[in-house]
Amino acid sequence: MTTPPRFSATFTPDINAEIRRAADTGLYDIRGGGAKRRVPHFDDLLFLGASISRYPLEGYRERCGTDVTLGTRFAKNPVQLDIPITIAGMSFGSLSAQAKEALGRGASAMGTSTTTGDGGMTDEEREHSTKLVYQLLPSRYGMNPVDLRRADAIEIVVGQGAKPGGGGMLLGQKITDRVAEMRTLPKGIDQRSACRHPDWTGPDDMEIKILELREITGWEKPIYVKVGGSRPYFDTALAVKAGADVVVLDGMQGGTAATQDVFIEHVGLPTLACIRPAVKALQDLGMHREVQLVVSGGIRTGADVAKALALGADAVSIGTAALIALGDNDPRWEAEYRALGSTAGAYDDWHEGRDPAGITTQDPALAARLDPVAAGRRLKNYLSVLTLEAQTIARACGKSHVRNLEPEDLCALSIEAAAMAGVPLAGTDWIPGRAGS
Amino acid sequence: MQTIDLATTPLRELNATLQAQTQDTNQTAWEVLNPRGAHAVAVGLDAPISVTVRGSTGYYCGGMNARAEITVTGNAGPGVAENMMSGTVVIEGDASQYAGATGHGGLLVIKGNAASRCGISMKGIDIVVFGNIGPMSAFMAQAGRLVVLGDAGEALGDSLYEARIYVRGTVKSLGADCVEKEMRAEHLAELADLLARAGAEARPEEFRRYGSARTLYNFKPDNAGAYG
Repeated sequence: MTTPPRFSATFTPDINAEIRRAADTGLYDIRGGGAKRRVPHFDDLLFLGASISRYPLEGYRERCGTDVTLGTRFAKNPVQLDIPITIAGMSFGSLSAQAKEALGRGASAMGTSTTTGDGGMTDEEREHSTKLVYQLLPSRYGMNPVDLRRADAIEIVVGQGAKPGGGGMLLGQKITDRVAEMRTLPKGIDQRSACRHPDWTGPDDMEIKILELREITGWEKPIYVKVGGSRPYFDTALAVKAGADVVVLDGMQGGTAATQDVFIEHVGLPTLACIRPAVKALQDLGMHREVQLVVSGGIRTGADVAKALALGADAVSIGTAALIALGDNDPRWEAEYRALGSTAGAYDDWHEGRDPAGITTQDPALAARLDPVAAGRRLKNYLSVLTLEAQTIARACGKSHVRNLEPEDLCALSIEAAAMAGVPLAGTDWIPGRAGS
Repeated sequence: MQTIDLATTPLRELNATLQAQTQDTNQTAWEVLNPRGAHAVAVGLDAPISVTVRGSTGYYCGGMNARAEITVTGNAGPGVAENMMSGTVVIEGDASQYAGATGHGGLLVIKGNAASRCGISMKGIDIVVFGNIGPMSAFMAQAGRLVVLGDAGEALGDSLYEARIYVRGTVKSLGADCVEKEMRAEHLAELADLLARAGAEARPEEFRRYGSARTLYNFKPDNAGAYG
């Protein structure tokens, strides 16, 4: 009797395929998107809901607020948002002008903000975004004081969740004349984005950089500091020490335009593991709610929003989900995804500029596929659903504002998630890692 | 001449006053006393005024300057004239790290020496250093000109894009993808112009030109060693 074929749990078909691909090309795999591996996430948490000891609020009848103000610490003009869901930084260059416009339209319709990216601010996105956050990135592509002053907030990007410690690369095929001009580089060459800021090292320098930005903008704009999920307790504490108004914390599921697959999958912390240490840092410094915490990386549903808020975030930010709402990876383009060697739902070679959905491209014909008005409406609808879902959960937990959600409203489905989120394993009062628990 | 004394005036008031000057201001000459190493002095200016800072400054003096002429009579700390758009910044003494970092335009003149990473990621600014510059200068420099009358430290012009570098003295080493290039008439002419604008007494013929070999412009695995 023959032994049935048995695959290795170590040398899986995926791993073997990657070994063959590496052997064929001599290149590491570069892709967009965030970590695709399974990591403990918001799915591993549940809300307890109301019971005898907690009474709920009536859906559609009793008020459940969703507004949030970012930048209350030092800025003269904090950013007032109607919903606690913002659009994360994504560059013009990485995205088409139409996609940036659509993001602005959808976010503005819901009273929330969009964010520039590593390529400067375009007139279109300023025009279509009632609240626009201007990123100060290591590359400083397109950075100028005029745009700094016409922004509603400034986000100093120290890192991002998909690649904490990594820079970026915009491949030459996406460098059209306009993108090249904005970045002061020749058309068609690969544009490297530095991984460190060119004019400071360390938190003490960052404090001075924040001072300079405030002096240039008259102390009007909130200053956010964005970090990838790495050492969330210390990074949050140092950002606060440096004078940040807002800390943006991006976990490893957060997407990126293009970097090495090995970086995306093996560097950084899951979003779930980042929030409680960051909140603890804020609490230890007496700054929770005074310095706002925005969490990003794998936010998909209103439940995710509610869970992030319950763990102590003030708001969340979405990138990948926003692109999907616009039409990214839509099965209607399946034939074209297959022609590119992928399939709808798995396409992640956004850096190549051949996006069938016309979102992550600079090809005029492909970009024209995205109607910014219709796509903006789709994003508005999606943001509306996220908000309604978060409100539904908050009311079920008896909260008159989504910000009132708290860790005590949650339990975890796995020991890992319980430890990371600092909430009890479902059906127990055990929080792994907590003394006396 | 309008005088602001930082010993008695808050930094915020200094910058707000200078930033409030417009194209048509008749208060075109300003003097700043007692900077005592303060950070972010005269940042974000956007008017054709002249500002003389009497003493030495900390980080980011003249940051994001547009149109103003700023002179520091002492030394300047890190990131002087960072991301400058236009105008002129003159440092009579030495400048610390990252002088002129990411500058998009204008002229930065350093009459002493500049430390490491002078002109890092420059995007159109012109920088003239009368003395020496430190290591890793013009790292990833995209556009503009860096002129050095003295010597350059290690790894000059590493990962250079289209910026041009002129050095009169020695170069300790060139960075990845930076090579010496032929000095043609057009280069001698632009160098003469830069030296004249900076008030530097040197002959263009004494300089060597360095630029990008452009071999790293598109990633190839065979070049991976160049990054190591």
